[in-house]
Amino acid sequence: MTAAVPLHHGLIVAGILFAVGLLGLLVRRNVIFILLSIEIMLNAAGLAFVVAGSKWGQVDGQIMFIFVLTMAAAEVSVGLALVLQLYHHTKTLDADSANKMRG
Amino acid sequence: MLELLWLIPALPFAGFLTLALFGQKLHEKSIAVTGVGFIGLSAALAILVSASFISSPPQGYFYTQTLWTWMQVGGFSPKISFYLDALSMIMMVVVAFVGFLIHLYSIGYMKGDEGYSRFFAYMNLFVGSMLTLLLAEDLLLLYLGWEGVGLCSYLLIGFWYKDSANGRAAIKAFIVTRIGDASMAVGLFLLFTSLGTLSIQGLMNLASQRWPVGAPLAVASAALLLGGAVGKSAQLPLQTWLPDAMAGPTPVSALIHAATMVTAGVYLIARTHILFTLAPPVQTAVAVIGAVTLLIAGFSALTQRDIKRVLAYSTISQIGYMFLALGVGAWSAAIFHFMTHAFFKALLFLGTGVVILALNQEHDIFKMGGLRNELPLTFWTFLIGSASLSALPLITAGFYSKDLILWQALSSERGGVWLWAAGFLGAFITSIYTFRIFFLTFSGSATSQVSRKPGVLMTIPLVVLAVLSLIGGFIELPETLGNSRLLSNFLQTALPPLQAVTTDYSTQGSLQFITSVVSLIGIIFAYRYFLHSPQHTGRRENIMKNPVAYAVHCFLFKGWNFDLLYDTFLVRPFLWAARTNRNDFVDLIYRGMAAICRASNTVLSFTQSGKVRWYATGIALGIVILVGIVEIL
Repeated sequence: MTAAVPLHHGLIVAGILFAVGLLGLLVRRNVIFILLSIEIMLNAAGLAFVVAGSKWGQVDGQIMFIFVLTMAAAEVSVGLALVLQLYHHTKTLDADSANKMRG
Repeated sequence: MLELLWLIPALPFAGFLTLALFGQKLHEKSIAVTGVGFIGLSAALAILVSASFISSPPQGYFYTQTLWTWMQVGGFSPKISFYLDALSMIMMVVVAFVGFLIHLYSIGYMKGDEGYSRFFAYMNLFVGSMLTLLLAEDLLLLYLGWEGVGLCSYLLIGFWYKDSANGRAAIKAFIVTRIGDASMAVGLFLLFTSLGTLSIQGLMNLASQRWPVGAPLAVASAALLLGGAVGKSAQLPLQTWLPDAMAGPTPVSALIHAATMVTAGVYLIARTHILFTLAPPVQTAVAVIGAVTLLIAGFSALTQRDIKRVLAYSTISQIGYMFLALGVGAWSAAIFHFMTHAFFKALLFLGTGVVILALNQEHDIFKMGGLRNELPLTFWTFLIGSASLSALPLITAGFYSKDLILWQALSSERGGVWLWAAGFLGAFITSIYTFRIFFLTFSGSATSQVSRKPGVLMTIPLVVLAVLSLIGGFIELPETLGNSRLLSNFLQTALPPLQAVTTDYSTQGSLQFITSVVSLIGIIFAYRYFLHSPQHTGRRENIMKNPVAYAVHCFLFKGWNFDLLYDTFLVRPFLWAARTNRNDFVDLIYRGMAAICRASNTVLSFTQSGKVRWYATGIALGIVILVGIVEIL
């Protein structure tokens, strides 16, 4: 039996993961990396659910994580399709180059 | 027989509809038959109905025919119903009969005009509206006819619309009469809110029960109705439209702007005479307006060069006489003068039409002359019309009606020496300007070729009207000359008799004598100055050399500069304001709102950079700020 991980440790890890993901989202220009960063943020949220679920001894947190996984899978499939289209149109993966709809 | 009353206004409307729908496809001949036929039927029916009304008068000397309820809104339920009494009967017969004669004349006059069917359609619509106006039992229905005749007047003044001057004259007539109509509409609102009905007889009964003489509401509503009458009848201060209305074809001037429509104001006042009796100040105003107008218009008529404008001013002046009579309470004298005036003025206009046609649309009397031998019949009928208008004693209808007005203006308890004097001076001027055009048109030697002579259809109305202008006066003879009171006895079933203070026959006789002499002097005066000869022209030019006389002449020629006055104080300030305020200042509010929206759009559209990462930054920052706010609170 390992000792239970304290709640706030788990939440801090989740927060750091989220911040890393967000930072990646904001600074990377490659669309693939942006998608990766979004995945990291989703997983950070999932980790927070799981940690909270174990704290209260409930299964709800793990169920929510399953949902997050399915949602992430769907998001990635749509996202990758968009990436393919973007590349097809612009011959680049730079998100900033897809700015034709600026005001 | 009386049940056929509704057909009298309905037939001309049927004629209008027929011509309006199928007029384009018909030949000139069938248009003429349709246009004149419906009016002829209507006139014949009017005479038959009147004959049966006189021979077997209904109970109380009036007959009401209700067709249906026009509308029902709350307590307001005006009816489409016609009211026949002595007053409306006389007006109806004169309008239908004179209208028929003028339609007959128009067949020849308008021959070859491209708007032949349009002309007859409008004329039929006019007669229908006028008869509706006269027979209406309800003030609202009367108002419908009132606006209907105004519309036809507008359409017919601008009949030859390709000349923009005619269009302007039509618009002027419409707008000026509209001022009066608006006043009348307000008068109707006031009457309805204070008495709760618009049925004329109901109103008169209620008014005499509820309002004492001089009641403020009675004065106000009578004054508002007077506004309408002044506009329609071209009296001071709304008289300026009538001389310009001569832009229309001459039969139109004869029918609408002389014989019938312009007397609608006289009819309105006579119809609501109880209301005017309850408002003595307004009734005095009616008399004063009439007296002043008859002088102003008479003086202007003296100087006009256009033959139709002379007659137009003369019409204004003669309606002034009718207003004078109404104002002193001589109701039946006003209707008498309406009748004789309809005959002789229609005759004069139709004669003028013949002259104008004969001289290729020449209107200037100084370029006419010598038509006596060319158009003998027109000469004689025109002479009769002129004599009747100048009230040549004993033999003409105009003498009897004008004499009655003058005598009653003096002898009525509401009359006075000043009103009489105005009418007296007016009679003098009338005979000068009438014979001025007569001599200038027919005397001397011919100056130009006669291009077109009147046919039979144009001659018949002239002869009939000439006969009526002579014998029309014999239905009402003064006490001093035969004392026959057919007309006023008949009218007394609808209009109260004159409240006279003097019945001194010797005064009456001597005044009649003076008036006759004065009208003869006027004719001699015209004879001295207005013949077509070098000697007379020299006399006229000598007078014109005097700068004062010339200035007065110009002043009168322009109709006492009323147009200039209105132009300076109303039209131009209005146009100036309209021009200055071209971009309506109220719009600033709405335009400001639009500008703010557009500015915000410009600013906010910068944020839509198309850079996904910036959007993500915005979302992240927004969440941080929101959470922060929630934390702080």
